[in-house]
Amino acid sequence: MTLAAAEKRLGWGLAAPALLWTVAFFVLPFLAMLALSFARMEGREVVAGFDPGNYIRIFTDWTMFKALLNSLEITVVVTVVSVVLAYPLAAIIAFRVPARWQRLALLLAVLPFWTSYVVRSYAWLLVLGQNGVVNKALLGLGLIAEPLEIAATRTATVIGFVHFFVMLLTLTIYANLIQLSPNYARAAADLGAGRWQTFRHVILPLTLPGVVTGAFLTFVLCIGDYITPQILGGNAELTLPQLIMLQMGRSGNFPLASALSVVLMAVVTLAYFASSRWLRLDRV
Amino acid sequence: MAQKVTLPLTALALLTVASPSFAQELNALVWCDHTDPALIEPFEEKFGVTVNLKEYEGTAAGLAILDQSQPGDWDVLVIDAVDVGRAVEAGYLAELPAAELPTQNFFPELVMAENNTVDGKTYAVTEKFGYNTISFDKTKVDPADMEDMATLTSGKYDGRIAIYDYYLPVIGLVALSQGINTSDITAENLPSLKEPLMKLRAASKQVSDVVSAQTALATGEVDIVVGGGEWLTAVLAADNPNLDWTIPKQGGLRWAQSIGVVAGSTQPDLALEFVKYIVSPEGQAKLATSSCYWGMPANAKTGDALSMEQRDVLRWKEQPDFLKRAQLYPIPDAALDTAMQDMWTEMLNQ
Repeated sequence: MTLAAAEKRLGWGLAAPALLWTVAFFVLPFLAMLALSFARMEGREVVAGFDPGNYIRIFTDWTMFKALLNSLEITVVVTVVSVVLAYPLAAIIAFRVPARWQRLALLLAVLPFWTSYVVRSYAWLLVLGQNGVVNKALLGLGLIAEPLEIAATRTATVIGFVHFFVMLLTLTIYANLIQLSPNYARAAADLGAGRWQTFRHVILPLTLPGVVTGAFLTFVLCIGDYITPQILGGNAELTLPQLIMLQMGRSGNFPLASALSVVLMAVVTLAYFASSRWLRLDRV
Repeated sequence: MAQKVTLPLTALALLTVASPSFAQELNALVWCDHTDPALIEPFEEKFGVTVNLKEYEGTAAGLAILDQSQPGDWDVLVIDAVDVGRAVEAGYLAELPAAELPTQNFFPELVMAENNTVDGKTYAVTEKFGYNTISFDKTKVDPADMEDMATLTSGKYDGRIAIYDYYLPVIGLVALSQGINTSDITAENLPSLKEPLMKLRAASKQVSDVVSAQTALATGEVDIVVGGGEWLTAVLAADNPNLDWTIPKQGGLRWAQSIGVVAGSTQPDLALEFVKYIVSPEGQAKLATSSCYWGMPANAKTGDALSMEQRDVLRWKEQPDFLKRAQLYPIPDAALDTAMQDMWTEMLNQ
């Protein structure tokens, strides 16, 4: 056996557990879900077959399609707002906070991760309620005359999501920023670039992989989340994961739930391809 | 040498035999009210067993869990009383010895033989019940208004209403508001309920699960919960005495949950003992006042095991009148169920 062949075998051997794991717990379940998505319901029974009816329904039934649109709208808004907030926060921690305090700053940034996701969502419900902290503060300051309707709206869902994902994005962007040599900014300054030009033409392009990676993860986690829209959104509108849960928990319509899940995965796959040019998952 | 090995093994064997908790575990698929340790621990101590509890919501989810399980995985099932027939049809419930169940002590309406019995055989027994009606904060709304469901969509309480997120009782309530009995809902007259349902949705602020509805009512986010009842407000009564509920003149819905032994249980005798404990006055009192949600016990002899305050919160004295005015959940066939859920989904996403 040549050395190259031995290394190849060793490589396969080392990769085998991960490959087996992926095949057993991702590929096979996905294929099962795909097959189920083409089945149909007869009464309360699932009948196997190749019926595209579930997919046709998703794209022709306005209630279903609207759930997809709602998910996309919320996810895009959350991703953009989270990036806009997280970038300066990460930059402040990376460049303004003294090195010895950066660890503490990051710890404070991720502190919300330490609480239960569900508990945090219910806590937001109390904060954003008519008698919550936000409305009481605004009323107390005389900025509003009547309490704002925030809880049980899309705004509440977006706030809950952004609170969570800003933390995630801060970490990914910080990891990118901290690796950046200060010589780039110095060289740009030597060449006469102002602060904005340095950021626009040097820092931002170099940190884009970290931003896109964080944005992609935000997109994936946000579009598949069921808890936040359910608790904070007050069912004011349905998102795709809520619709999937309704089909599974209430209707027992597993073929339709599978088809909706396949559509959800297709959207994530499209997002992956759209961002793959900049995506650097090793930066996470 | 042989003696040295044998002694520890003998000790281990004796220990295993002497500790039934190692040998016996009861697996129960339940609603959240059964997870209160105050309810479960007395049974565990009496029989020296561990009761493993798994919560589920919605009959479809419960039946799906059973469908994906092996025979013997589950011993006890708690299920919506109106869905017992579905579980029996699917072969998930074992026959119970009716003579050993204290149904003679039950409120007559709660024996529910038409639901718990199939072909003359008893498969489940009612354990708890209550009402899906109107819950409200009596300091924020006029209690007299809550006696008429038409007030809810009159414009007076727009944006102050939450709808309980469960299609069967709420569509049932809407049917009652239109003069249709829950048992008379059909695929033909269901479309006539769409407009009043959408109107109710338009007047509402949110459609919420149990915890969100409780939170909204307790924090003043909303003042009325359609589909609520004692199960929603009783657990909050101590901190929020202003929360109340009523059955409007159009009527309300009666929910009831049943308990049975799962077919294929490897320990049917122990499972039956658990069922008997739950429907005994002791178990019933603890179940009625569970930390998850309160509800009336099916066993009328439970009154003595409850305090005066607990009976007041449950409106014990008013039960004869309430039982007369409340109807059971709709029991749709598969096609009607699908149509109802589609209408509900459309309402959620309107």
